[in-house]
Amino acid sequence: MKHKNPIWSFFASVKLALFTLFFLSTTSIIGTVIPQKETSQWYVERYGEKTASLFANLSFTPDMYSSGWFIALLCLLCINLIVCSLERFPGVWQQIKADNLATPLARLETMTPQHRWQLAGQDNDVAGLLAASLHSIGWQTEKRNREHGILLFAQKGAMTRIGVYIVHASILVIFAGATIGSILGFKASIMLPETNSTDVAYTFGTHTPVNLGFEIRCDHFNIEFYDNGMPKSYRSQLAILEEGKIVLEKAIVVNDPLTYKGITFYQSSYEPFSDFLVTITNKNSGLSETEIIPYQQQQTLQKSGLQIGVISADGRGQSASKMKIWFTDNNGEPSLFWLDNGAQTTVERSKNNYTVSVKQMYATGLQVAKDPGAWLVYIGCGLMILGLVVAFFTSHQRIWLFIQKDSAGKCSILLAGTANKNKTGFAKTFQHLVENIHKA
Amino acid sequence: MNSSQLIGITTFTYLFSTILYAALFIFKSNRLGFIATIFTVVAFLIQTAGIGLRWLESYQLGIGRAPLTNMYESVVFFAWTIILIYLIIEWKFKTRIIGTFAVPFAFLAMAYASFATGITKEIVPLIPALQSNWLIAHVVTCFIGYAAFAVAAGLGFMYLIKNTSDTRQSTNNSSLLGTLPALKVLDDITHKTMVFGFLWLTVGIITGAIWANSAWGTYWSWDPKETWSLITWFLYAITLHARYTRGWGGTRIAWLSIFGFISVVFTYYGVNFLLSGLHSYGSS
Ligand code: HEM
Repeated sequence: MKHKNPIWSFFASVKLALFTLFFLSTTSIIGTVIPQKETSQWYVERYGEKTASLFANLSFTPDMYSSGWFIALLCLLCINLIVCSLERFPGVWQQIKADNLATPLARLETMTPQHRWQLAGQDNDVAGLLAASLHSIGWQTEKRNREHGILLFAQKGAMTRIGVYIVHASILVIFAGATIGSILGFKASIMLPETNSTDVAYTFGTHTPVNLGFEIRCDHFNIEFYDNGMPKSYRSQLAILEEGKIVLEKAIVVNDPLTYKGITFYQSSYEPFSDFLVTITNKNSGLSETEIIPYQQQQTLQKSGLQIGVISADGRGQSASKMKIWFTDNNGEPSLFWLDNGAQTTVERSKNNYTVSVKQMYATGLQVAKDPGAWLVYIGCGLMILGLVVAFFTSHQRIWLFIQKDSAGKCSILLAGTANKNKTGFAKTFQHLVENIHKA
Repeated sequence: MNSSQLIGITTFTYLFSTILYAALFIFKSNRLGFIATIFTVVAFLIQTAGIGLRWLESYQLGIGRAPLTNMYESVVFFAWTIILIYLIIEWKFKTRIIGTFAVPFAFLAMAYASFATGITKEIVPLIPALQSNWLIAHVVTCFIGYAAFAVAAGLGFMYLIKNTSDTRQSTNNSSLLGTLPALKVLDDITHKTMVFGFLWLTVGIITGAIWANSAWGTYWSWDPKETWSLITWFLYAITLHARYTRGWGGTRIAWLSIFGFISVVFTYYGVNFLLSGLHSYGSS
C-alpha cells in the first residue's frame, strides 16, 4: 500500500471513529445538564463563583456546542471520514468494476452457496440454454471461454456498494451546509408594532443590528383562541417595501413564514399594548381618520375634532376581545357601546353617521433568519436517507456458472454465488435460482 | 364506546398477552402459543380502532388533528408500534417466544399512559407551533424507531439469558431456556431490528429538524431533547460500526442494544422531567 504513514493510518482507522463518536456522545451530555446560553451572572448565581468560572474556562458555558474543543471533535470526525473513505473507496471501486469473468476457478470451487449438476449436450448449447434461462428471470449474463470450459457471469446491485459512501458523504455535506449557514447567515429578531416598519433586525445574543436591505411593515396582527382559551393561531399581515413601494405582501402564521431575498421571517411571539388603533369614517363627508389612542383616556382626533375613548375592555389575559367605547361628535349626548376587537360598526348620530372600528394594538415578534446553507443541509439529509436505504437493504449479488465438457457428451455444471450482505437472504435467492434453472 | 375506553381495554389485553407469552415460555405448549398470537392480534386491532376513534373524536370536537401530539398519545402509539413490529418479527422468523420479551414493553407503556399521574388524556387542541405536518411525520418516524429499539432491547435481553444456558446453539424443549432461539438467530434478529430502528430514528431526527426550521428558522439548536436524540443516534452508529468493521457480536451487541434503549427512554422521557428545554410538547 502506498500510504502507510502512521498519521494517515491513524486518521483512516475505524477505532478512531468509534472513539470520536463515543467522545462526542458523552461530552454532548454536559451541555444538556448545564443550561446553555445564559448570562455569566446567571451561572454565578446558580453554581457559585468558582464552579461558574471553571465551567467558563472549560467552555461548558455559555455555549458548549460552539466551543473550540467541541468543533474540533466534529472536525476530527470529518477528517476521519474523509481519510477513511479515501483509503477504502478505491478498493470498493475495483470490486464494482472487477472483471468477474477472470475470477480464478479455484475460488468458485470454494464459494458458498454452490450447486452442481449435469446436463446432456454440447457445452456451447448448454451455455446458451442456461444464459437464456437466467435472462428470463432477470440475470444478464456475460460469457468467456476458459481453459477447460465456459464461464458465465451475472450480477445485480454492484453500485449498491457505494451506499455506505453516500451516507458518509452526506454527513460531510450536512457539515458543509451548517458551516456556510453559520458564517454567511444570521439569526435575529424584530419586535414590530402594527403599522410600523423597519429595516433592521437584532441578532440573538449580542443584539447586533443587521441591516435587511429593505423595509418590512406589519399591517395587522391577530390572535385567535380556542373555546378553552388556548391560543389557536397567531397571524401577522406583513408587507415588504423597497424604496417605499410594496413589493410583496403575505399573512404569516407559525410554521408558514415569509421569505424575501434569502431572509425569512417567522412568526414567533407578540406583545399586546394597552393602546388602541381607531379608525373613524364620516359617512356623509367620507373623511376617514386613523389614530392610536391610549386606554381609558379621552382623545380628540386631530383633523375632525371627534372625541373617542376606550372605557373598559374584556378579554383573555392581556388580549382584549371586546371594548366599551365612548364616542361623540359634540352634537348631543355621547354614544356608549360595546365593540368586538377589530370589528366595524355604524354609529348614528343626530347630524352625521360614522363607521367606527377599534382594535387593540400589538407588536408582532418575528424571528429573522438568513441561512444560505440550509438547502445544502437538506440535500445532505436526503442523501443520508438514500444512502442508509441502499446500505441496509440492498446488496451486491454475483453468480457464476462454469460449464465443463464431460466425456460422454454431457456437461457438468457448477453454479456458485456470493453476496456482500444479507447472506441468508441471498441463500434463498440462490435456492430459487437453482429451481428455476432446473426447469430450463 | 369511546376511544379512551378502547385504549383502556388495550392496556389489560396487553397484560394478558404478556401472561400468555410468559406461560408459553414456561409450559412450551404450541396451542398456548397460537392463542397468545390470536389474542395479541385482537388486542392490536382494538388499539388500532381506539387510535382511529380518537382521531375521529378530535374532528367531532372541532379540533381535527392526528392523535400523535402529546405524551399520552405518543406513548399509546409507541405501544402500538412495538406490537406491530413484534408481530412482523413473529411472522417473518416464525418464533413466538420473542413475545415474552417484547410484548411486556407494550404493556408497560400502556400502563404508564393509563395510570401515571400528570398525563392528560383529554383531546386538547394544538397550539400554533404544533400545527404542522412535519410534526406528525416527526412523531411517527421517531416512534417507529423507538419501538424497534425496544424490541431490539428485548431481544438483547433474551440473548443474555440464553447465553447462560447450556443449549446456546440450539432449540429444544428439555429446559426452560432451551426453547429460546439459538444465539446465532437472536444475534441476527437483534441486529436487523436495530438497523431498522436506526433508519427510522435518522428520518425522525431529520423531519424534526425540518419542522423546527419551518417554525423557528433553526433546524438545529442543541436543545436537550435534540441533543439526546443525537446521543442515542451516535450510540447506535457506534454499535453498527463495531459490528461491521470490528466484528463485534453476541454479548457485546446485546448489551449495546440495552444501553441504546436506555438512552432512548431518557431521550423520550427523562429529558422532559429531568432537564429543562424548549421541547415542551411531550411534557403534559
Ligand atoms: C455519525 C457518523 C456515521 C454514520 C451515521 C455512519 C454510518 C454508516 C453506515 C450506515 C454504515 C453501513 C453499514 C452497512 O454496511 O450496512 C457504515 C459503515 C462504515 N463506516 Fe460509517 N458512519 C459514520 C461515521 C464513520 C466514520 C467517522 C468512519 C471513519 C472511519 C466510518 C467508517 C465506516 C466504515 C469503514 C464502514 C464499513 C464500510 C464497508 O462496509 O465497506 N464511519 N457507516
